[in-house]
Amino acid sequence: MSETGVQSGEIHERGNVALGDAHLQEAYRSSTLRLLTHRRDALAEVPGFERLRDRARELKHEVIEHLDFYLAQFADSVERNGGQVHWARTSEEACSIILDLARRAGAREVVKAKTMVSEEIELNHALEAGGIRPVETDLGEFILQLAGERPAHIVAPAIHMTRHDVSDLFAAHLKSEATAEPERLNQIARGALREMFQKAGMGLSGANLAVAETGTVVLIENEGNIRFCTTAPRVHVALVGIEKLIPRFADLGIFLRLLPRSATGQKLTSYTSLLTGPRRAGEDGPEEMHVVLLDNGRIATLADEKMREALFCIRCGACLNACPVYRKIGGHAYGWVYSGPIGALITPQLTGLAGARELPFASSLCGACRDVCPVKINIPDLLLHLRSEVQEQTPAPKPKGAMVKERTAMRLWAWAMKHPFIYKLGGVLARWGQRFYARGGWIRHLSAYPLSRWTEGRDLPALAPRSFHAWWRKHETEK
Amino acid sequence: MSPQKVRAAFFITCLGDQFFPQVGACAVSVLRRLGVEVSFNPAQTCCGQPAFNTGFRDEARQVAARVLDLYQDAEYVVVPSGSCTTMVRVFYPELFAEQPEHLRQALELKKKFFEFSEFLVKVLKVEDVGASFPRRVAYHDSCHLLRELGIEQEPRTLLRSVRGIQLVEMKDNQLCCGFGGTFSVKFPEVSVAMAQDKLRAASEAGADILVANDSGCLMHLAGVIHRQGLPLQTMHLAELLAKQE
Repeated sequence: MSETGVQSGEIHERGNVALGDAHLQEAYRSSTLRLLTHRRDALAEVPGFERLRDRARELKHEVIEHLDFYLAQFADSVERNGGQVHWARTSEEACSIILDLARRAGAREVVKAKTMVSEEIELNHALEAGGIRPVETDLGEFILQLAGERPAHIVAPAIHMTRHDVSDLFAAHLKSEATAEPERLNQIARGALREMFQKAGMGLSGANLAVAETGTVVLIENEGNIRFCTTAPRVHVALVGIEKLIPRFADLGIFLRLLPRSATGQKLTSYTSLLTGPRRAGEDGPEEMHVVLLDNGRIATLADEKMREALFCIRCGACLNACPVYRKIGGHAYGWVYSGPIGALITPQLTGLAGARELPFASSLCGACRDVCPVKINIPDLLLHLRSEVQEQTPAPKPKGAMVKERTAMRLWAWAMKHPFIYKLGGVLARWGQRFYARGGWIRHLSAYPLSRWTEGRDLPALAPRSFHAWWRKHETEK
Repeated sequence: MSPQKVRAAFFITCLGDQFFPQVGACAVSVLRRLGVEVSFNPAQTCCGQPAFNTGFRDEARQVAARVLDLYQDAEYVVVPSGSCTTMVRVFYPELFAEQPEHLRQALELKKKFFEFSEFLVKVLKVEDVGASFPRRVAYHDSCHLLRELGIEQEPRTLLRSVRGIQLVEMKDNQLCCGFGGTFSVKFPEVSVAMAQDKLRAASEAGADILVANDSGCLMHLAGVIHRQGLPLQTMHLAELLAKQE
């Protein structure tokens, strides 16, 4: 069984594990670059893609600014269609609602579509504790369930595993033959799952988008397992984060053009399901459709005027693929279910700043994420904002090897920078002091934080013998 | 080609002042070659970015407020750094959003605060500064310069006009070098690994010299080059444009 809660410990230490593993490095590098290349090729075919992004951003802005209105409209629409709406404030509430629905449906197994929100609320743990077996039916999630791991990527959960890893895992758990053929591995997984779709008393999905106007739950996928999960069992439950709404059915086209292209570079995924209520007379489909609307920290995010922009996210994963830091440290380093730049934004929002205070710092703020975001979330700007919230609201531990806390150091620094004389005196003293460390203009090792961290993997140039200030004084005033 | 007498205050940046004064000397000499009257305010220190980047906004504001005062009468301010220019133009207005008087000053300063290459091309309308440098050079787009200020072509335009130069493009030329301000010491292993990717790309492109407009990126890249003994050299654009070999 996989871990629960936000992992304690330092993200940079977890990141270094991935960094030191050549196998993982190659898996992350090649997969993210492949997804990015597909994305770029797919965009090239769409004239006015920038306008689409702007329009999608406007629509998400509209929804998030008027979420109360759109949520009420969505709930009414779902009920009008014959579905039932449940409101969950927390993970625990959502889990207990879903467990209760499963019990009432008499389900011993629940077949699950890939849904990040169910990872977020740790639904599998709750179902298992309640004596119900969750069955992940997305190939990536199926693999992770066997491995007892969390998703390493929002869209490609098993991105960190090679086909050889999967072969070993299947051989160990499913007693299948060793094979590194992706098609054969797929067949093995399907063989294990097919019977489950028919047997399970309940199917659970997330929602890629939810249309307020019509109460439609929109799901996109490539494997067909989601369509199975949402149609074969007698009861379908859709677990939906409240930020997933879009206003009107007519807006759907914009998001369906953006989402698959941004995520995997596909024009459309193999299956796009629009679910508007349970079966009607003479139709196929589930007898009951339930929608569980989840808050779990989203309303608190909404209350923060700056951070609410993070709720625009449509979970395409493009920012992960574009992020040079994600590529190095891998998804698991982020310590919770959402990884990459967007994970660094929403994990502290949803789980609290104190337990995730390092996350906003796990970025060089290069902005490659913002370049690819389909709804143009200003991720670096929000990370900078979160950094200031972290420093204001959470107690800072003293960095290892530091003489003083970061705040004290910054106050001293600001004091020096406000007084040119102190600043220049500092330069003079540092030049005097560096004689003991510098060789040939370079310093190889320093033991005081933060310079100790600089010299771990790089040399530090010595301060120039004479500052620019001194140079200017000599050149210009003596001229 | 000399425009009307343009007066510019030169802002060296703290990193440039302490580590790379020759960058400042070169920038000043290029500006003067183009007829600019350059001044230097000896009361300057830092733009405040280290505190802002680390989340200490009060401290950043205190330092930034000084910059607003120091340059309120300047005609132009020229800075050999995309990142410090970004701090002033993009982050100052955010930092002072709730202080109307400072905000007004910040929005004024924003109009006249220019990164070095941008100043040459956009304000002075110069493409050829009269430099010559017969080497193979790759240009590294520093992230703030590229993505916050949208300056991508200006440095390349200037470089292409340098006599004898062979300008090569690196694969993934918009990929971050891994410096990232305090990121470089909070995540040193990742930071260095990113530099290695960048340096590999420079070598594969056949470059002898890696040029950029930000001393932070250059200090980081040079530190990795020196530690690993790589056959590459870093250079600030201002240094290269001052060359007349």
